[in-house]
Amino acid sequence: MRFVLKRHYNEDIRLFRYRSTFFWYLGLVIGCFLLPLVLSSYFISLLSFICIYSIVSVGLMLLTGYTGQISLGHAAFFAIGAYTSSILTKTGLPFLLAFPTAGLLAAIVGIIIGLPALRLSGLYLAIVTMAFSFIVEEIILRCESLTRGNLGMMVGPPSIGTLSFDTEKSFFCLALIFLILTLLTARNILRSPTGRAFSAIRDSEVAAQAMGISLPKYKVLAFAISAFFTGIAGSLFAHKMTFINPESFTIAVSIEFMAMIIIGGLGSLQGAVLGAIFVILLPQLIVLTKYYVGSIPSIQAGFESGLYGLMIILFILFEPMGIYGRWRKVKFYFEMFPLYKKDTFRRERKYQKMQRQ
Amino acid sequence: MEIINEILETTLRGISIGCIYGLVALGFVLIYKATEVFNFAQGEVMMLGAFVGYTLIAIFGFPYWAALLLTTLLIGIFGMILERFVLRPLIGEPVFAIVMLTVGLSYFLKNLVPIIPGWGAESYGFKTPFTGRFLRYDQLVLSWENLAIILLTSALVFILICFFKFTRMGIAMRAASQNQLAAVYMGISINKVFSLIWMISAASGAFAGILLAPITFVHFNMGFLGLRALPAAVLGGFKSIPGAIVGGLIIGLTESFAGFYLPAGWKNITPYIVLILVLILRPEGLFGIQQKKKV
Repeated sequence: MRFVLKRHYNEDIRLFRYRSTFFWYLGLVIGCFLLPLVLSSYFISLLSFICIYSIVSVGLMLLTGYTGQISLGHAAFFAIGAYTSSILTKTGLPFLLAFPTAGLLAAIVGIIIGLPALRLSGLYLAIVTMAFSFIVEEIILRCESLTRGNLGMMVGPPSIGTLSFDTEKSFFCLALIFLILTLLTARNILRSPTGRAFSAIRDSEVAAQAMGISLPKYKVLAFAISAFFTGIAGSLFAHKMTFINPESFTIAVSIEFMAMIIIGGLGSLQGAVLGAIFVILLPQLIVLTKYYVGSIPSIQAGFESGLYGLMIILFILFEPMGIYGRWRKVKFYFEMFPLYKKDTFRRERKYQKMQRQ
Repeated sequence: MEIINEILETTLRGISIGCIYGLVALGFVLIYKATEVFNFAQGEVMMLGAFVGYTLIAIFGFPYWAALLLTTLLIGIFGMILERFVLRPLIGEPVFAIVMLTVGLSYFLKNLVPIIPGWGAESYGFKTPFTGRFLRYDQLVLSWENLAIILLTSALVFILICFFKFTRMGIAMRAASQNQLAAVYMGISINKVFSLIWMISAASGAFAGILLAPITFVHFNMGFLGLRALPAAVLGGFKSIPGAIVGGLIIGLTESFAGFYLPAGWKNITPYIVLILVLILRPEGLFGIQQKKKV
């Protein structure tokens, strides 16, 4: 157990808790950049997907894990980002312009969709976002002049100036840079008054309101930021896949996103990344087991989303703090070694009053 | 005459699909009233009901009515088991966790069915006493399948309303949904109420599944219809039983007419457009009253 003397409030909101943490993360980042030198392009491609999904996961974590608003329609923002970026780069706009536009458009749509849900409790938001995601899916399917409907559209690899990111390894570096920028932005938002307001809303809307936090403003803001991150991830996704069609943005994808943050651990950015890693690697594990055990004939393509469903159930029942929570427990065990008490992490049950009297 | 017949037939189809939406929405509403949680797996429970009904009728050769009763009972018990082992451990947890659990449950159930041998990913149908029978009146042709849905739904709703009005347990449930603490002081067992509510809601889902089976098909993806019943529940205010049925009828009718008179694609999204409009214009629904939460 480490004890740090803090003399100033600013020391409490530093980016990294201890100085050593900074060096650990620095080492991790450098290690990640060195990975393309050792791994084959298949694994690098997987890593790129992990980066893209991590960006979505961080966005959703800000909304769900920190602000406490449920969204079952993030696949729609993902789709908006992907299609905006693909259509814009097709008309000749450079990637560096199309990329933020994709995020901004998703954010604007996020604001519009967040508005009706403001007057309602969190559960209605889940319904509205889901309805919205169905509507977006249908629009993409029917606007054939723009999106080519079910046929899907081809997208070129991203390029900045004369630099083209058309190989797996260069794309991974690009995605990793964006992931690091996303993480830094999210971390900075969270330690600012805005982030504090988000957490306050999550813990008690009434108390937050009493502290002078404007609920509509911060809820819409959380929604917009989250949609922005998801939008830029969508743009990266489109350029990574080089082919998109409406099938990649169904509600099953939204559930996958939700599974990411629950499995990773609600309320931590580390958890967001861990969840993304888990969700990307799980299908690979299934493929591997099929390879060794022999395929089971009745297993369908939809089997994975069923497994995500099961994972969500198991994690909520047995480890609501997710993978990151488990890591913290293990770490705490070794730090405290002979003195570990199980109750340190005991879940606090809130027998909240019903909403009506 | 042609046009009037067309409108009548579309209306009938709308009402019968609306009844199904209403029944599924009823499942949402019952659980929400008692426990303040949305059960996103309601559509999947309906799908399970249809599959169990199919198994009983087409494979084991049960007569239709016996299968209807038995399936409703079996899925009701399934609902109770679900409540006891999956949802009860979560009492006192944030609502968010419980809702996400039901979402996970819905995906799990949906993808479990294709793996079960004998069910698989194909579409099935089964014979009912109404298959292929029509009510003819002049040029008007109404199928008994649609009429049966309307009649059976009315019967079920009548029974449920009587149950909540006149039986001891029904009154206890209403009391518990108004004020849990006071209900406990009056000697009502909340655990029993919760498990019965889950049972009734799962049973009405299964009932809807069997009724629906002849007009769509039994398929593992039919639980999707449950998500279309959500707008119905919202429209009805999420708290009243008649509201759920009326909401279901409205959604069913708009969908049916949109499918007939608007270009392709509209049919799928009209329920959601109605949903968003209702939430913007009258968020408490047609029958609800919105209350602020007290600290």
